[in-house]
Amino acid sequence: MHYNNNASLVKRELLIRMIRLELEGRLEGGIDRVPYEMTCEPGYQPIRVSVYHDRSILKSRMVARLGFAVEGYVDDGTSLAPLVRAAAERPAPEGPILTVLDEACNACVKSQFLVTNACQGCLARPCVMNCPKKAVRMVDDKAVIDKELCVNCGICQNVCPFHAIIKIPVPCEEACPVGAISKDEEGKERIDYSKCVFCGACMRECPFGAMMDRSQVLDVLRRKCEGAKLAALYAPAVAGQFRAPLGKLVAALKKAGFDAVYEVARGADITAEKEAHELAERLEKGEPFMTTSCCPAYVETVRKHVPALAPRVSDTRTPMHYTAALAAAERPECLRVFIGPCLAKRKEGIDDPLVDYVISAEELGALFVAMGIELGEEAEEIVEAPAGQGGRSFAWSGGVAAAVGARLPAGVPFKPAKIDGLSKEGMKTLRAWADGAHEGNLLEVMACQGGCVAGPSVIANPKVALMQLKKIAEASGN
Amino acid sequence: MDGEKLKVIICSGTACFVMGGSELLLLEDELPEAWRGRVSVEAAPCLGSCKDRSCGRAPFVKVGVEDLAGATMPALLALIGRKLGETLGG
Ligand code: FES
Repeated sequence: MHYNNNASLVKRELLIRMIRLELEGRLEGGIDRVPYEMTCEPGYQPIRVSVYHDRSILKSRMVARLGFAVEGYVDDGTSLAPLVRAAAERPAPEGPILTVLDEACNACVKSQFLVTNACQGCLARPCVMNCPKKAVRMVDDKAVIDKELCVNCGICQNVCPFHAIIKIPVPCEEACPVGAISKDEEGKERIDYSKCVFCGACMRECPFGAMMDRSQVLDVLRRKCEGAKLAALYAPAVAGQFRAPLGKLVAALKKAGFDAVYEVARGADITAEKEAHELAERLEKGEPFMTTSCCPAYVETVRKHVPALAPRVSDTRTPMHYTAALAAAERPECLRVFIGPCLAKRKEGIDDPLVDYVISAEELGALFVAMGIELGEEAEEIVEAPAGQGGRSFAWSGGVAAAVGARLPAGVPFKPAKIDGLSKEGMKTLRAWADGAHEGNLLEVMACQGGCVAGPSVIANPKVALMQLKKIAEASGN
Repeated sequence: MDGEKLKVIICSGTACFVMGGSELLLLEDELPEAWRGRVSVEAAPCLGSCKDRSCGRAPFVKVGVEDLAGATMPALLALIGRKLGETLGG
């Protein structure tokens, strides 16, 4: 779906308002008015039947912005203030990192096939003839599908010469590459966490914004307020999210309250270096190929769905981990806050003791707006210890393999291949590699099509971000 | 007005970007063939409108002398079309 759709804008507005109140020290007292303020402008058009319903849903959305799951939350008219206090007191962020807003979600019907009025009631009737469940009948010269009998196989759609049969999908279920989402008996979507790989595709594709991540931005602001020092670890993709040179991004991060700023692309340089050596070693040992390991959604996919591939996944740690290790060594007094476009990194951050918090590019953008920080107006800082071109290329599909290739010892054959997005197609290719059908000796896998620039929590249109990132990478050293 | 292009200035400041303004930088890909050459497109740092609540919501675009608030690609294209029409007809 379009990245800057209304659902994502609503989320960002909630974030901006929440952060603003927090910075003004008025969150507890002011939070309940946010849904009202967002819907009281003269030209406001209700999304649902009534503005009151909109407000109630906005209130529930705020629960996720505070970092809580909404599943158990019932809007009983009471204030959100106790949740603000609970957020301030929680010792560390917890999972699961996704949460589903049933009230928004209810709007989707179960996935189904439907005969449109393009049906000509033809003589051949391939829909009736080919339906294995005899679920299609002719009523008044039009085909009709019996929902009780239909098993959603789609044969009728394929055989109709008039393209009169359409599929009404459930977008989140369609988007999920691993079948982790389905409706329960009450028709509400449930995520099966034994299957979920945290790629965030559902969050990106749900037209109702019902699939939500749980923010940690409030935790970070609270720690700051309590006097903690913070180190920002910004992912390579973040450099493409604002139209400003890196030096201005660094200045803006410092102004926003980060005491130290680390470019995760530096960790990516380390990852590339280690993976190059690892690949050479593995090939030497006679292994057929190796896959990259920097995309946490991919690694989770292997673990949960394609375990046969596990021995081929690089043992090298991720750029986030190496950068966190750098920061821990140099600035041990700082809490380490990873900032990126990725949902799965939030899971990785919870699992990695070196990472304290993970906030999204959207949340960083909201923080800048709430603080009135305009990147363009910041004095450009010198980027200390700049990352190389390879590390800065990790954010797009093909960039990781290229960075590894450039560091391969001489004489090692380099045959890169890539899976650009763990779509259902991508999953097929992945399984084929696991079964031995592969061309190439280094497989780069990115769960998001296009790479991290197209992550589920980006601000900038991926095309626009990519142009900017390539410019930055090309101007970098090796 | 012959020879003068309609000037479109897309704000690429932080507030506009966060509220979806980056999409608008793809305007040139979306311009109908017939309009190209009659429109000049540029990106500008913060136009200042985001700091003035009376200007409406980000993202902002300037089309000729007119300001577009809460800009989306369809709204922007519509405004450009209207402006070009005006210029032509006038
Ligand atoms: S950022 Fe666009 S007007 Fe300020």
